[in-house]
Amino acid sequence: MNLNLKIWRQKNSQDKGQFMEFHAKDISEDMSFLEMMDVVNEQLIKDGKEPVEFDHDCREGICGACSMVINGNPHGPDKATTTCQLHMRRFKDGDSIVIEPFRAKAFPVIRDLVVDRSAFDRIIEAGGFISASTGNAQDANCLPIAKDHADRAFSAATCIGCGACVAACKNASASLFVSAKIAHLGLLPQGQAERERRALRMVAAMDESGFGGCTNTGACSAACPKEIGQENIAMMNRDFMRSSAKNRD
Amino acid sequence: MASHEKLKSNAPSGPIEDRWQKHQFDMKLVNPANKRKHTVIVVGTGLAGASAAASLAELGYHVKSFCISDSPRRAHSIAAQGGINAAKNYQNDGDSVYRLFYDTVKGGDFRSRESNVYRLAQISPAIIDHCVALGVPFAREYGGMLDNRSFGGAQVSRTFYARGQTGQQLLLGAYSAMMRQVDKKSVEMFPRREMLDLVTVDGKARGITVRNLITGEIESHAADAVLLCTGGYGNVYFLSTNAMNSNATAAWRCHKKGAFFANPCFTQIHPTCIPRSGSYQSKLTLMSESLRNDGRVWVPKNKGDRRPPNEIPESERDYYLERIYPSFGNLVPRDVASRQAKFRVDEQRGVGPTGEAVYLDFSDAIKRLGEDQVSEKYGNLFQMYEKITGENPYKVPMRIYPAVHYTMGGLWVDYNLQSTIPGLHVLGEANFSDHGANRLGASALMQGLADGYFIIPYTLGNYLGSNKIEKITEDHEAFKASREEAKKRLDQFFSIQGKKTVDDFHKELGAIMWHYVGMSRNAEGLKKAIEEIGKLRKEFWEDLKIPGEANYKNSEIEKAGRVADFLELGELMARDALERQESCGGHFREEYQTPENEALRKDEEFSHVAAWEFSGKDHDLKWSRFEEPLDFEYVKLTQRSYK
Ligand SMILES: Cc1cc2nc3c(=O)[nH]c(=O)nc-3n(C[C@H](O)[C@H](O)[C@H](O)COP(=O)(O)OP(=O)(O)OC[C@H]3O[C@@H](n4cnc5c(N)ncnc54)[C@H](O)[C@@H]3O)c2cc1C
Ligand code: FES
Repeated sequence: MNLNLKIWRQKNSQDKGQFMEFHAKDISEDMSFLEMMDVVNEQLIKDGKEPVEFDHDCREGICGACSMVINGNPHGPDKATTTCQLHMRRFKDGDSIVIEPFRAKAFPVIRDLVVDRSAFDRIIEAGGFISASTGNAQDANCLPIAKDHADRAFSAATCIGCGACVAACKNASASLFVSAKIAHLGLLPQGQAERERRALRMVAAMDESGFGGCTNTGACSAACPKEIGQENIAMMNRDFMRSSAKNRD
Repeated sequence: MASHEKLKSNAPSGPIEDRWQKHQFDMKLVNPANKRKHTVIVVGTGLAGASAAASLAELGYHVKSFCISDSPRRAHSIAAQGGINAAKNYQNDGDSVYRLFYDTVKGGDFRSRESNVYRLAQISPAIIDHCVALGVPFAREYGGMLDNRSFGGAQVSRTFYARGQTGQQLLLGAYSAMMRQVDKKSVEMFPRREMLDLVTVDGKARGITVRNLITGEIESHAADAVLLCTGGYGNVYFLSTNAMNSNATAAWRCHKKGAFFANPCFTQIHPTCIPRSGSYQSKLTLMSESLRNDGRVWVPKNKGDRRPPNEIPESERDYYLERIYPSFGNLVPRDVASRQAKFRVDEQRGVGPTGEAVYLDFSDAIKRLGEDQVSEKYGNLFQMYEKITGENPYKVPMRIYPAVHYTMGGLWVDYNLQSTIPGLHVLGEANFSDHGANRLGASALMQGLADGYFIIPYTLGNYLGSNKIEKITEDHEAFKASREEAKKRLDQFFSIQGKKTVDDFHKELGAIMWHYVGMSRNAEGLKKAIEEIGKLRKEFWEDLKIPGEANYKNSEIEKAGRVADFLELGELMARDALERQESCGGHFREEYQTPENEALRKDEEFSHVAAWEFSGKDHDLKWSRFEEPLDFEYVKLTQRSYK
């Protein structure tokens, strides 16, 4: 198939950036979206032009590196699918595809489709952990954890930290990302000791990084390639309220 | 036999079960106040790097951590699916430290160091305990206890898992422990940096030269020791299950600075990957080996049978692994399963549009367990398969074929994980240590975390405590020279202005490697490979085309450096394969096989580690081959049998 692409090009964070048009020829329906981008880039290089920069690594939907907004949707049209897992059989000959970076104040563009998501690391740094130094642990089966608790914690822990939730939210809120970590650790007995402090610190770090507030539209979960649910945000809010209330007295 | 004084294993003697404990006691300690004064560089934030950085910082060292990706959490380890082994014997099915040790030595076809492997098995239970303490949500049974599954090469269930994304959960655990130390200012994090060179002063590793991938700046970082945790080199084949940015550059630069490279030809071809579909293919996707617990591998009995799978009656199917290996069945080790798939395809009994695939069929499992239970265990893998192929594996058997997956070879290290360059320690897949000629499933995660959480915290202290390490800074001549060298090399890439892209060269190299240095090898082919790689390398330096400039994010220049190194490493792999005139594990030399086509080892001549020293200069490639003999005191050398 042949496609018309409108791709965002931007030299660096200062540059204003603009859309540019490209043609992708002889694209096979078995290609992944990023393989289609590879084909376009190889052609650009051969024509003496600069290829489009984009982040990617695992190409199997788990590292969270790929980050494109495709026709207005973070990671494209398919539910529960990262850009790298999207396949060209989803498109048809002659389609126009608009490709942009994840946009948010807290995610400045580095070049073309590459953005700076280091704010996510700063949030984890503030409390997305259990303080257990190497060598402290007891036998793992001394702490039975009911299967459904473990499963719920696991579901929250599957977040890949891609930032699609932020890109999808009209307020560019990071609530889904932050709450997924708070829920993962808060649902486990090991995570209780730091639960309140964690909520306070992580929420504060989120606010400092310039993410917007959550107005419960649910756009984040709809865009999330791992289908992280809204119930995590509710849990985050509860934890946050409880610990702020305590801290006030 | 050519031995080398630098190849001392430093493994302790005495009863094997006491060695590590004795060694721990014998090693020097660094007192808590002094730890703070030591800076340690950790390159890589996969399981090995992140766990090492966290543990060393917890002890009080000042750690500088580097990775290529924008966040340390995205290291290639994140993609590991199936699980992690540990000798917990929670299933009461006869597992023990000794059995895990035995299985690993045997699975590796007797080409690993007994002392190291025993230590790995001994440490394995503590890894699970620590990961649970960090909040890793492993799969559990209804009673709340941890669940296990079985994996290839073992007859017990000792694999811990978190659905099909164990690597993700383990890495996020190690990453969170490291980020806690970033918050405490004990770890300084440098993402989007690529190590281009190792800096040595007075023969000791004292720092690294890196390129800032955003600004293009060449930076120097000095330290008292360097830990290389940069993963494997499977991407030398272009197509592999490794992440796109996985590369050998850091290890290769160290090799050219004097670190010996061990067993470079030992690569693992994983039996269950999604077959390739076209020339645009950029990587191959693994379907976890855990699928072989419930999936049955088969091909049609008749050559060239092109009927769709559901039209082939039971009586005309050949469940060849169950037929040839009745006791291990579908759970034979990876090298055996891969080779058998290749034999079937060579006999023209392969399936699918290209004929380069075999079936992995779940219909019996679905009948036995129901679709829900199968989905509970493998749901995300089935989903991934369907996304890539457009076929539903609940209805149609999966098509699978072997693909390059893991490299057992790597920088040579002693029992302390130190390379032949003092102060340069190598952890995780980047070293050669524990898996011999074939790694068992779920043992890489175990090894990476053993190295990082539980071994290096001791052995690094021993190095720092027993060596006088002068203070130096980045102004030292050695750093300046290394920076200049790195810049010169970058300029060279841009100055060629040829016609072919980096990927053009990488694909050609991959084809040579897969063809001649892949699943089966022979002397003639290996010689041909050496010649062809040489030609391709020459062409690379004459006809490469790199767009743009060096002073901003430019993926092409990143890839160019990596492929330039792969073009050298590929040759060494072929040379190593040529010299190793035997078959063992993943290294199958067609000249050396049993009448049943199993790998035929030559223990008298090759029961050793081959360690290669770079003895050339720049583009003039020369190597000397040395041997570290392997003694087997505990596991008797036998022909492996999984029948
Ligand atoms: C698809 C897949 C599934 C797997 N499943 C399993 C499994 O179920 N069980 C199991 O035991 N094993 C599995 N393995 C193997 C296992 O995942 C790897 O061997 C292991 O994760 C390697 O960890 P590592 O820490 O050594 O390196 P990696 O995780 O590869 O990390 C390397 C790090 O080094 C950095 N780096 C590399 N080069 C440079 C440089 N020049 N400068 C700066 N930084 C650099 C990278 O950015 C990265 O942070 C699997 C492998 C694959 C490919
Ligand atoms: S490239 Fe890793 S999730 Fe897409």
